Amino acid sequence: MYVAVKGGEAAIDNAHRLLAEARRGDPAVPDLGVAQIREQMRLLVDRVMTEGSLYDPDLAALALKQARGDVVEAVFLVRAYRTTLPRFGATAPVDTGAMTLTRRISATFKDLPGGQVLGPTFDYTHRLVDFALGDGADPVPAAEAEPEADAAVCPRVTDLLGQAGLLEPSPPDAGAPVGDLTREPVDYPADRAVRLQGLARGDEGFILALGYSTQRGYGRTHPFVGEIRVGAVALEFTPEELGFPVCLGAVDLTECQMINQFHGSDAVPPQFTRGYGLVFGQGERKAMAMALVDRSLRAAELGEPVVVPAQDQEFVLAHCDSLQATGFVEHMKLPHYVDFQAELDLVRRLRAEHAARAADSVPDESAWPEAAE
Amino acid sequence: MNPQGPLSVTVSAGTGYNFAYLDEGTKRMIRRAILKAIAIPGYQVPFAAREMPMPYGWGTGGVQVTAAILGAADVLKVIDQGADDTTNAVSIRRFFTATAGIATTTRTADATVIQTRHRIPEAPLAEGQVLVYQVPIPEPLRFLEPRETETRQLHALAEYGLMHVKLYEDIARHGHIATTYAYPVEVAGRYVMDPSPTPKFDNPKMDDCPALQLFGAGREKRIYAIPPYTRVRSLDFEDHPFRVQSFDRPCALCGAEGVYLDEVVLDDAGGRMFVCSDTDHCETRRVETRRDETRRADGHTGEAA
Amino acid sequence: MAQTHTQALAKTQAETLSQTRTLARGFADPVHEGQAVFRAAMEALSRPGRLRPLATALVPPAPLTPELAALALALIDADTPVWLDAPLRAEPAVAAFLRFHTGAPLVDAPDRAAFALIADPARCPAFTDFTPGTPAYPDASATLILAVETLSDEGGPAFAGPGIRGTVSFDASPLPADWASRWAANHAAFPLGLDLLFVAPGSLAGLPRSTRPVAPEMSPCT
Repeated sequence: MYVAVKGGEAAIDNAHRLLAEARRGDPAVPDLGVAQIREQMRLLVDRVMTEGSLYDPDLAALALKQARGDVVEAVFLVRAYRTTLPRFGATAPVDTGAMTLTRRISATFKDLPGGQVLGPTFDYTHRLVDFALGDGADPVPAAEAEPEADAAVCPRVTDLLGQAGLLEPSPPDAGAPVGDLTREPVDYPADRAVRLQGLARGDEGFILALGYSTQRGYGRTHPFVGEIRVGAVALEFTPEELGFPVCLGAVDLTECQMINQFHGSDAVPPQFTRGYGLVFGQGERKAMAMALVDRSLRAAELGEPVVVPAQDQEFVLAHCDSLQATGFVEHMKLPHYVDFQAELDLVRRLRAEHAARAADSVPDESAWPEAAE
Repeated sequence: MNPQGPLSVTVSAGTGYNFAYLDEGTKRMIRRAILKAIAIPGYQVPFAAREMPMPYGWGTGGVQVTAAILGAADVLKVIDQGADDTTNAVSIRRFFTATAGIATTTRTADATVIQTRHRIPEAPLAEGQVLVYQVPIPEPLRFLEPRETETRQLHALAEYGLMHVKLYEDIARHGHIATTYAYPVEVAGRYVMDPSPTPKFDNPKMDDCPALQLFGAGREKRIYAIPPYTRVRSLDFEDHPFRVQSFDRPCALCGAEGVYLDEVVLDDAGGRMFVCSDTDHCETRRVETRRDETRRADGHTGEAA
Repeated sequence: MAQTHTQALAKTQAETLSQTRTLARGFADPVHEGQAVFRAAMEALSRPGRLRPLATALVPPAPLTPELAALALALIDADTPVWLDAPLRAEPAVAAFLRFHTGAPLVDAPDRAAFALIADPARCPAFTDFTPGTPAYPDASATLILAVETLSDEGGPAFAGPGIRGTVSFDASPLPADWASRWAANHAAFPLGLDLLFVAPGSLAGLPRSTRPVAPEMSPCT
């Protein structure tokens, strides 16, 4: 005889034990240390920090270990932890112009004050699998390191162009409160600060594809990489009881400023406009894609028609978050048998009615074309 | 500075988190949204849903509403598809047992707070109970108009023609309305509301219900409510009145009629049986039947009547 | 230099101590007392006009009543601008108590307030002075919390609407002279409007904007 399914609790416990076992893999292979992930999977750690909206390399590395390397799952762990943290306040805006640079390139000028600094990059590597690396070979020691760029002589390219009035100025800091999409529901249309928060937290693959679509004609913005800079910036915070800023430390950032052609409008002469991308750690792909989409989302503000997905802020912001997306896609795994039963009942009824209609119209062959409509 | 902030929390035994997980500031924000939702029945109040330690789409909205209203004396019941023992119901019940240490029950009548996904219990709810729905897409007009800026205006203007056109198109094509779940309702004569993906079988239970009904959508960041004793009307037409599903057989386990049934596939030869989707309702009936049988066997038939 | 710093620290500590001495205490158990008061408010707005008990051990500075203080501590914080009526504003200890325990910004303009605390309900400003929300966001409206002397659910004017089975009688005293027309206008603006919570010693009742006044000739003669 049939009995209703029981034992959900035991099944869940067993599934979690299996997960722990699968996470560990073959016990003959040494356990992976969090420090190893932090040091040797650094770009992955950076991505988890960016999409997780929390700068904590050790936590991100642990999350990756716990998540068996699943990026979205690791971002989830970091975000869920982040929401429980008390807030002490907001730091002063970071000054990326004063960044201690490890890499800085511009595609718009051959040479510029401070020069081009390649730094650690996959660019120009030949993507040949390095079997020696698999055998545990030590890396070839770096040549005499490039002299570290001096921030004082490394102005942002956008500042150079801005001086000549060719580039729209950076919006002035009016001191107005900045929205926080982790603390308030997004209210459309969202301002640029909130949009940038959404893009920074957004899934790298989704933002990349959207940015790419603008290059292929879905909302072309004629972009140039004004500058990508990677390095460390100081964080300053003013505790209320002190009244003056103190340095909390430094974070690694990647900043991308795209420069886009703009034909001008009645109010504004032709000039270059900006798209902006900023992520934790080294994440050039994400920063560049973010800058493309940021510029694209400014369409309405600049009087351009809003027609393609990358210009549509409701489309982009409502769908870029990997946690929201994966949660809702994966929730389809949950039981839906109550609703399915309702649909089953309906389809059975519709089929019965369809069959009845077909039976009524069968004898007269000339009726077929009408019946098919 | 703010003694109600995260610095003075009542830590639940062993979890390291505040009572019912959320910090007090987040609870206050959700509580204020709940009060406005009650004051404007059927209107979707935006709220700053937090990331929860379970995925979006798996009940984070309902969990946040439950966490915000729950007190130490509450007795919680969690159901998914009408059943207390479905995996996600078990998982959410465990979450509150661990973070709030509160009592739980599977008995509808004993619960003060019931969190549900996709069903309303068969047993009538009572005053003093709160039914919390997990909602995936709170906007009833979303599949007719994807833009939030547009749907917000439609609600502001009480312009629900789109929905009527959609239902009427069903009638034109199929001869009847082809919406079987998440069937739209009008609340207190004003807002059109999505009842969450409950089968339309459950819609009449929402009308004039003695219990407070709260709806939480975490991913979409909305909370809405139906106060007790509120008119909830399923949208329909004079010539096509609203009708619920009916089953042509009783529950194979408890014999109940007029309840929602799950179809269970028994074998690969077309064998099927239909059983109550509400497991508590089914079990309660079976226990009563057994008790009656025992009494009869003991010769107490007369007293039991 | 170091000595100066130590002295400054000692001074601050002394100030904090003296402030703590003069400040009335907040909830002894913020988590569970806050939850209990919220649930009472939730029930009050869910079942308009019905009285329910509201117990609190708070001893706030007068004319802030213990019940007003309990609702304030349960519902307001740094995210909710609060407006105080003249008697509450006249007593600096009230503002100090609310600032310390809730962190809420106190605003001078009633139309900027999410919550208004009213110790003298007979002289409550016109309801139109407060924000009723907008058609797109009717939830962005003020909640008024009025400390009355008496609450009654017997023999007062009748009300109907969501949360009410049939009709309910509800009265509070004192209220503004034009109370009946005020409430009728507030309800007529639905879905815009104010939501009211009434507190009296030991009890609480609510009237959300959805509650409709029932004309006397139409109320059932029970």
